[in-house]
Amino acid sequence: MQALYAQLLVGLINGSFYALLSLGLAVIFGMLNIINFAHGALYMMGAFCAYFLLNIFGLNYWYALIIAPIVVGIFGMVLERTLLKQLAGLDHLYGLLLTFGIALIIQGVFQNYFGSSGLPYAIPPQLQGGMNLGFMFLPVYRGWVVVFSLVVCIATWYLIERTRLGAYLRAATENPNLVRAFGINVPRMITLTYGLGIGLAALAGVLSAPINQVRPLMGADLIIVVFAVVVIGGMGSIMGSIITGFALGVIEGLTKYFYPEASNTVVFVLMVLVLLVKPTGLTGRAT
Amino acid sequence: MVDVKTAPNASAASGTAKAAPGAALLEIRDLQAWYGESHVLHGINFDVRTGEVVTLLGRNGAGKTSTLKSIMGMIAKRTGSVRFDGQELIKMHSDKIARLGIAICPEERGIFSSLNVHENLMLPPTVRSGGLSVEQIFDLFPNLKERLSSSQGTKLSGGEQQMLAIARILRTGARFLMLDEPTEGLAPVIIQQIGRTIQRLKSEGFTILLVEQNFRFASTVADRFFIVEHGKVIDGFANSELQANMEKLHTYLGV
Repeated sequence: MQALYAQLLVGLINGSFYALLSLGLAVIFGMLNIINFAHGALYMMGAFCAYFLLNIFGLNYWYALIIAPIVVGIFGMVLERTLLKQLAGLDHLYGLLLTFGIALIIQGVFQNYFGSSGLPYAIPPQLQGGMNLGFMFLPVYRGWVVVFSLVVCIATWYLIERTRLGAYLRAATENPNLVRAFGINVPRMITLTYGLGIGLAALAGVLSAPINQVRPLMGADLIIVVFAVVVIGGMGSIMGSIITGFALGVIEGLTKYFYPEASNTVVFVLMVLVLLVKPTGLTGRAT
Repeated sequence: MVDVKTAPNASAASGTAKAAPGAALLEIRDLQAWYGESHVLHGINFDVRTGEVVTLLGRNGAGKTSTLKSIMGMIAKRTGSVRFDGQELIKMHSDKIARLGIAICPEERGIFSSLNVHENLMLPPTVRSGGLSVEQIFDLFPNLKERLSSSQGTKLSGGEQQMLAIARILRTGARFLMLDEPTEGLAPVIIQQIGRTIQRLKSEGFTILLVEQNFRFASTVADRFFIVEHGKVIDGFANSELQANMEKLHTYLGV
């Protein structure tokens, strides 16, 4: 039974990363109509940013949680302003190819300097150790990742679904020309939204660093699953991405316990089933 | 051809000073516009004076909506001159134009399906002081108050959506309103209500540029008419000259 709970916890942790990354992807796709294949590479940059902050500047994990999303988010905004902006109004495929190319370049550069093996990043002292819950042993850091991710996801959902800024973003998704004609600087809002999505990916990278180590290809391994999460949840759906992210992490964990051979494919089998039954995803709206 | 001369006291409307009643608030000269390679406006010329209701009439595809969009900066490629309150708009982006106090109520209303009624109403930011308060808007459109809690703006009836589309731009403080076919597809009783609203807005000092295919409706609210054909203004006359121009209207519009 302990093994089942342990797998559930691993599933929840993976689900946290899925949720944070798919949330960023959903925000970017929903608002900018860009399928951001560079998301995994930017997640990796978040982790590397934390590594550099610690090893070069002596700034610990808590600083990294704030600085890395800002730095990588600004890098994302520069990408949007200089490259992605040129693709406005073109087919999704162009954005996908461009961001795929960007991902390959970023990963290639990091691989060139750091190889493919992982660099260690220690768990901060405040979050070391664990708690015996009776039915299982809970490492404190892993519990922190799940709770913190959930808080960030809900805060992002609140920002988009319940605030005036979120109303601008949702309206701009439907009709950016009209929103701009109301006096709102839509291009600036698009850049900031891209920065927000990328910042979420970088935050996931920082959270992941003490668990998975810091590796140039850490995002490439994850991004395909995250895309499956976004497709299942519904492209552009904020709450859909959060719920599906956590749920698929748990389903993956349960599969590891009951039928380990299928644990790597269960997400994709679910994606096929969802696409067959509801092509817009579980919470997506037909356009 | 239409007389495109600036009104006698248009010189008062210079710089950032508010145009005096009767002065040309909007002056359009040789306005040309393109959708990609498609040349849609071929040299539009007309003026709108402060406090009046001007209607653009014309057949489908004549260039009326494109004229409004070009004034608002919603068509990227445009040349010529659009001066509002003395300021040149032709190179400005639409968000900057909106902040000068111009608002558009687009064809098919532009209600956002992902926003509820309240969010739709509150969406456009205040660009100037003097916009209507929510209470004043409910006074103007009592139906909206009852539907404010509706989940989705697009679930409202056509008439209610039109009222919502007009109401949201009245909040902004804009004093120059462009209404694109506000009566399209609406029941006669709703059209009357929209007409009364336009009369009331005019009496409160708003300047309105209206695009209409419903000539009978336009004749109840407009001070002047301009006829648009093939991306050009080909004629213009005051409401008082309407009877004398009925034959032209038959020719151009088939009314």
